[in-house]
Amino acid sequence: MGKIEWAMWANEQALAAGLIYATGGIVGVAGQFRGWQFAAFGIAAGVFVCLLEYPRSKRAKGTSVERTGQYCFTVCVKAFGPLTRNYYFRAFLHAALCVPGGFMLATVLGSVCLAIASLIYLSAAIHGEHWEPILPRTEPPKRVGESIKEPPQNPPPRPPPELRRKKVDNLETAAYDNPMSVTINE
Amino acid sequence: MVNWIINHGLGAFIVVVWMAINIFLFVHFYLFYDEGPQFEYTRELLGSALPWARAPAAVLNFNCMLILLPVCRNLLSLIRGSFMCCGRTVRKQLDKNLTFHKLVAYMIALMTAVHTIAHLLNVEWYSNSLDGRYGPVAGNLSMLDDSPELNTTYLNPIRSTSTTPTIFVFTTIAGLTGVVITLALILIITSSMEVIRRSYFEVFWYTHHLFIIFFAGLVFHGAGRIVRSQQETDPPHDYSVCEDQPENWGKIRECPIPQFAGGFPQTWMWVIGPMIIYLCERLLRFIRYMQPVSYRKIVIRPSKVLELQLVKSGFKMEVGQYVFLNCPAISPLEWHPFTMTSAPEEDFFSVHIRSVGDWTEKLISMVQNLPEGGQGPKIGVDGPFGTASEDVFDYEVSMLVGAGIGVTPFASILKSVWYKFKDSNPKLRTKRIYFYWLCRETHAFEWFADLLQVLEKEMEERGMRDFLTYKLYLTGWDQSHADHAMVHFDKDTDIITGLKQKTHYGRPNWDREFEQVRQENPSSVVGTFLCGPQALAEVLEKRCMKYSDVDPRRTKFYFNKENF
Repeated sequence: MGKIEWAMWANEQALAAGLIYATGGIVGVAGQFRGWQFAAFGIAAGVFVCLLEYPRSKRAKGTSVERTGQYCFTVCVKAFGPLTRNYYFRAFLHAALCVPGGFMLATVLGSVCLAIASLIYLSAAIHGEHWEPILPRTEPPKRVGESIKEPPQNPPPRPPPELRRKKVDNLETAAYDNPMSVTINE
Repeated sequence: MVNWIINHGLGAFIVVVWMAINIFLFVHFYLFYDEGPQFEYTRELLGSALPWARAPAAVLNFNCMLILLPVCRNLLSLIRGSFMCCGRTVRKQLDKNLTFHKLVAYMIALMTAVHTIAHLLNVEWYSNSLDGRYGPVAGNLSMLDDSPELNTTYLNPIRSTSTTPTIFVFTTIAGLTGVVITLALILIITSSMEVIRRSYFEVFWYTHHLFIIFFAGLVFHGAGRIVRSQQETDPPHDYSVCEDQPENWGKIRECPIPQFAGGFPQTWMWVIGPMIIYLCERLLRFIRYMQPVSYRKIVIRPSKVLELQLVKSGFKMEVGQYVFLNCPAISPLEWHPFTMTSAPEEDFFSVHIRSVGDWTEKLISMVQNLPEGGQGPKIGVDGPFGTASEDVFDYEVSMLVGAGIGVTPFASILKSVWYKFKDSNPKLRTKRIYFYWLCRETHAFEWFADLLQVLEKEMEERGMRDFLTYKLYLTGWDQSHADHAMVHFDKDTDIITGLKQKTHYGRPNWDREFEQVRQENPSSVVGTFLCGPQALAEVLEKRCMKYSDVDPRRTKFYFNKENF
C-alpha cells in the first residue's frame, strides 16, 4: 500500500462517525434515556465533527475531488490555521471527543467509530500528512490562440532625440520625413 | 421512452421486483410483530419499537443472502454460459452485478440503522419496565423469572436492576455481535467510497474482508433468543381477559401463568447457502491459482506497456474476456484484472499491461531485470471471465469504441475476426465492423498499429475493404502535429501510424458517425461496445437511444459498456 494518503480514509471514517454520534445522541435525547446528558454532548460533538470533516483536504498527489458546497466550510476550517492543519491535533481532538460517548449505549457506536478515525488520523500524522484547503484556482486569462502573438513590449528602436528632431536648415539629411511642418522651438 | 425500455427495461424490472420483495418482507413482519397475539405482552414492555426492530431484521436477512451472490464471478460465468439460448438482454444484466451489489449494500446499511435505533429504544425500555416506570402490568411481567418452582419463565431479558443498558448489550450474544458487526459494516462502507476505491484499491480490498467477521457475527446474532413470545399453555392464557389482573395469574382457571420462550434463530437459514457458494468461489480461485502457468514470450512495448504471452493447460477463452493475475512475489493476496488481447484461435493467451500503479510498476521492473529468454516470476491466473464483448459477433453490425488502453478487448476481437475470416467460420454473424480508437498520444499506437496493418492487408487481398471501417482519433494533438500533417498531406499512408486510414485529430463527432452507420445499414441491429471512461459512456448511450428506431425495419442501436 505504497501511495495511500491515510487522511483520506480517516476523513471518510470521521465524517461517518460524526453522523452516527449525532444520530445516537438524538435517539438518546428524544427517548429521554437515562444519561441523556451524554447523548446531548454526543449531538454537539457529532455535529462539530461533521462540520470539521466536511471539507476534503487537497491531495498531495493527484486530483482532489471536492464535496458539494464545501467551499464555505473550507474557509472556516482554514481560519483556524495550524490547529486544523495538523493531524496530530485532530487525532487527539477526536480521541477526546469520543470518550463521553462511551458512557451511554446510544452513543457507544459513534464513539468507537470516532476512536477508529482518530487512530487513522494518527497514522496519517505519523506519515507526515497535513490538511490543505482546496481553493479555486484563478485561471490565467485564456489566450486567443497561438498565432496571435503578444503585443510588443518595447517601442521600436529609434535614434536618440537629438538626431530625431529635424533641423530646419537640414531637411535632406533628416532621419525621417515629417508630414507636419517643423518649428524651431518646441 | 420506448428506447429506454429496450435498453434498460429488464434491469429496471429486476430492481422493482427486488424492492417489492423488500417492502413485502418489511410490512409482513411489521404486522406479524405488531399484531401477533403471542407478542402482546412483549409489546406491553416495548411498544411499537419491537416491530420496528424486527421488520428491518427480516429485510436484512434477505439482503445479506443476496449480497454475496453478485460477487461470485465464476458462478456468474456459469450462469452466463447456460443462458446462451436466452438472448443477449438477459445476459447483459449479469454485467451489472457490481451495481446490484452496491444497491443491496445501501439497503443493508439503511436497515441496519433502523434496526439499531429500534433496539436502542428496546433496551432502554426493557430497563425502564424493570424499574416499574411503565405501570404495574409491565412491572409484573418484567419480574417474571426463570423459576421451575414457581412455574414461571422470564419475559424481560434484563434480569437485574443494577444492569445498565450498556452493560446489558455487551454481556449478551446479540448485543455484542450486533455492535461488532455494525462496526465492521461501517468500516467496510467508509473504505468503499468511490474516492478511496479509485485511489487506494488495496485499502478497499483488504478492509472489505471484514465481511467475514460480519457474517460470522450475523449467524450468531440471534443465538441468545432475546425476543420472546408467549407460548401455548394448557389451559390457554388469553391476554384480553387476564392482562388487567396480574395478581390472579396462576390462581384462577382462565389465567394460568403465561410461559415465554425465545424465537428460534433464523438468520443462518438465509445466509448459509450463499456463504457456501462464496466459499466454493474462493476455493475455485485458489485451485486455479495453483495450476502452473508458463511464459511463452515477454515483450516490453513502448510507453511502458508490457506484453505477456502465457500458456496454461486446459485454458479456454472467448473474445474480449478478462483474467485476474496474481504475482506472489509482488503481493500474495492481490488479484488484478486484465483484458486478454489474444484471440481464442491462438494456442496461448496474452495480456498487455500498462504501468499504472504499485503492482504493475513492480511487475514491469521485475521483468526488465530478467535474463534474456528467462521465465518470468511465478504467476497465478484466474478466469477467464466473460464480459459484454463476447456478444460482438451476435450483432449484424458492431460499433466498437475504445479509449486509450480501453482498446484491449477490441484487439482480441479484431484478431479473432481475422482468424474467423481465414477459416470462413459460419459463427461469424457480423457483416460490418466500425472501429473507433480514441487516444491521447501517438506512442500507444505502436503495438496495435501492427495488428491493424496486417488486417488492412488481409482485407485488401480478399477484396473486403468494407468489412472493417476503422477511424483513429488523436485527441492530444498540438501545433507540431498539425504542421507535420499539413506538410505530408498528400502521402498515401498516415504519417503517424503508417496505415492507409488517416488519423483524425480531436474528438469524434458522434452525431455524424451514428448518422453514417445508420445510413449505411438501414435495417440492421447495431451493437455499440465501449471500453472507456464513464463520460463517454453517457454520450454514446444517449446517441444510441436517439438514433434507435422502434420500427423493426429501421436501424436499432444497443449499448454495452465494459468497466473494471
